[in-house]
Amino acid sequence: MKKTDIPQDQSSLNNFTKEICYALDETGNYTTNLSTGWDIKASALNVAWVDIENRIANAKEKVLNHEASPILFYMELKLMDITILSAYTGFYKWTVKRHLKPEIFNKLSDKVLKLYADIFEINIDKLKDIKLNES
Amino acid sequence: MKVDFKHIQAAHCENGVTTNLLKHIGINQITEPLAFGIGSGLFYIYIPLLKINNGPAIAFRTMPGLVFKRTCKALNIPVVRKTFSSKEKAQLFLDLKLFEGQPVGCQVGVYYLSYFPKEYRFHFNAHNIIVYGKENDQYFISDPVMENVTSLSNFELERVRFAKGALAPRGQIYFPKENTIVTDSQICKGIKSGINRNVRDMLRIPGPIAGISGINYTANKIKKWRTNLGLEKAKLYLAQLVRMQEEIGTGGGGFRFIYAAFLQEAYQYLPNDKLLETSELFTKSGDIWRNAAVQAAGIYKGRLSSQNDFDNMSKYLYEIAEIEKNAFTALSKIKW
Repeated sequence: MKKTDIPQDQSSLNNFTKEICYALDETGNYTTNLSTGWDIKASALNVAWVDIENRIANAKEKVLNHEASPILFYMELKLMDITILSAYTGFYKWTVKRHLKPEIFNKLSDKVLKLYADIFEINIDKLKDIKLNES
Repeated sequence: MKVDFKHIQAAHCENGVTTNLLKHIGINQITEPLAFGIGSGLFYIYIPLLKINNGPAIAFRTMPGLVFKRTCKALNIPVVRKTFSSKEKAQLFLDLKLFEGQPVGCQVGVYYLSYFPKEYRFHFNAHNIIVYGKENDQYFISDPVMENVTSLSNFELERVRFAKGALAPRGQIYFPKENTIVTDSQICKGIKSGINRNVRDMLRIPGPIAGISGINYTANKIKKWRTNLGLEKAKLYLAQLVRMQEEIGTGGGGFRFIYAAFLQEAYQYLPNDKLLETSELFTKSGDIWRNAAVQAAGIYKGRLSSQNDFDNMSKYLYEIAEIEKNAFTALSKIKW
């Protein structure tokens, strides 16, 4: 890539920083220059976020249909998966999976609920709200 | 307390931390491309079955932590590296080092990294920053991918140092143990060993998923993505490939341009024309990686959708594999 070809497109980095790119100068030597972003990767990032929003919407629907506990919704909202949530809670993965079932969730102690609520940065009442108000 | 520390922006975080920490102890020769090359940073791997953010696990660079480790080892710089099970002890050790005037590298997760834009905050735990001071509750932070320095509160720093999940940092802290002088002949030795190790990693790792074989393996997979995953999921996979390749931290072209820059710098120490010739090959490879990204974008933006478009995407990768194979073979034959 030539220095003059370094893209300067709009991206989510715009209010954060410019990034360094390596490219060739006029004499064929490598140099660096700052870039504001590249449309190609901005849209790749966008694809990832559309997928995340779909996952959150699906999770919400499952919770409202009583097919899953609110933990599923907040897990997706926080971009987590079972493995990550298991690492944060210290529970085995199969335990976390059990907690995603509404009937198991309803029997969880406040201590366990508090653990999840803290990780999701909400309070217990909000976590227990299976109607997901204001979420 | 604030250490007298010079923040220099880099393309990649670990290269940047390595370069800035080594410059701080007086190793003036070090540059980002040299650190990347001596640390054999270039790589390719596609790990089947493993999913990252619900997409394929693809890396264009070596395992986190290795660039710093290998570069310091090659240059005979003793290193301190510690992880902690206790958050309190992790903070005490950090504060002690800062008090002693030592800027330190820290591995952190980006999900809770408050100064990052929301769009970039995924559960990715292999980011690297330098902490170079503390005042009241605020730590001074030099994040190498950023133009300017920033800061984090005690709580914010603790949270990112103890992020959980894959590659959890466990409070990891690292820095050169003492000031040392590095001679140009040591740099030459490091360049040679770095190139040789990179030849091994790209040409000689057994199995189909790593190095040049890994690029061909991915090309084979991509051809099947449309049928096996369905168009929507295939788009997501291609977008993930492009992000791993081009996102902030790569220097563009899946680190290939940084490696090409390294070979040019290596030539200054070891004037062998083969280094300049292979540098051109890596520039070419990086350019094709970028063309492949444009092709992938055609698919994930919905402009292209036929099986033929996926086959064309694969062709780019076969072409890249061929070029990189030739480049590393040429490097392996250099008589130093």
